[in-house]
Amino acid sequence: MSKRIRVRMADIKVGQADDIIITSGLGSCIGLTLYDSRTKVGGMAHIMLPKFPANKKKGNPAKYADTAIEMLLEQLESKGINKRRLEAKMAGGAQMFNLVNTNSKMRIGARNIEAVKEELNNYKIPLLGSEVGENYGRTMEFYTKTGEAKIKTVKHDDIIL
Amino acid sequence: MPLDDELSDLNPLELDALKEVASIGAGNAATSLSRMIDSKIEMSVPKVDILPVADVPEIIGGAEKLIAAVLVRIEGEINGGVLFTLDTASANLLIELLTGMDINIEEEMGELEASALKEIGNILTGANLNAFSKMLNIKIKPQVPALAYDMSGAILEVCFIELGQVGDYALVIETDFLSDLEEDINGNFFLIPNPDSLQVILNKLGVSDV
Repeated sequence: MSKRIRVRMADIKVGQADDIIITSGLGSCIGLTLYDSRTKVGGMAHIMLPKFPANKKKGNPAKYADTAIEMLLEQLESKGINKRRLEAKMAGGAQMFNLVNTNSKMRIGARNIEAVKEELNNYKIPLLGSEVGENYGRTMEFYTKTGEAKIKTVKHDDIIL
Repeated sequence: MPLDDELSDLNPLELDALKEVASIGAGNAATSLSRMIDSKIEMSVPKVDILPVADVPEIIGGAEKLIAAVLVRIEGEINGGVLFTLDTASANLLIELLTGMDINIEEEMGELEASALKEIGNILTGANLNAFSKMLNIKIKPQVPALAYDMSGAILEVCFIELGQVGDYALVIETDFLSDLEEDINGNFFLIPNPDSLQVILNKLGVSDV
């Protein structure tokens, strides 16, 4: 049976076979999927911020790029995937409002994109597709059967990564 | 102190005080809007809530619901932003009342539509902030309004993250419109102070024990 699995903000979910993993309304956040095509096991993280704050002891690891990827990897490994076979796709990181005087601190979307790329690089996970940046919201649907990610937006046609 | 601790520490007295200021702000905004479109508009008593950040999009009817949103950043003694949101039909109605033109922003969001919405947002947030400024005796400098028309989840997410509510919980001051027009106006205000500013507001209200 195929399941539709919802991923909320700062949340991580894994699925397999016919499952569809969905996160809605990505703005500056990143939807990141990791997938092993041989076992058809995949997972998605809805990442809000680039880095787990150094001065904070506790917090939700699913919220930050560095700790979310680590957590997603752990959950996938417990499903028996091989780390070396993983491939990644990402969507989001938009700047929703065009603001005058936007300083770099405000461009969270762009910082999130960079942080996720850097972490993928650290883990040597290839990034097979990305639909990021710009100024519009996105919904990401990930099909564990095929490894395809469908990106839905309000103003544009669907994109398949 | 991390924001999450601070927020979950807000006691009923502090929440009530915030509600009080928000009520006056909403009243001011309602009066301005009534005057602008020459119809009677009232605002509901604001709801002041501390919600998990992930639940915030649900307030507006789900993360994929299309909304027009005007964000006005505020600077000065308190920093953060005021977000004013409308669903598509309500945005069309307000633009029509303001410009006398039959509008559908779902088909086209041109210069005229965008500037009408920004103007409405500007006036409403201005009236709202005036109340805060007077009651708290602080200077608030609203910045130029910015507009987005997109999925509510994406818009709210960006506002809460970028304005500094980076904890797991968000302070939401939410007000609904009530009008005697044939069609309802479904709109919301969100006041989003950054963590330090929330403390300033509470101190000024004289309810903070810090």
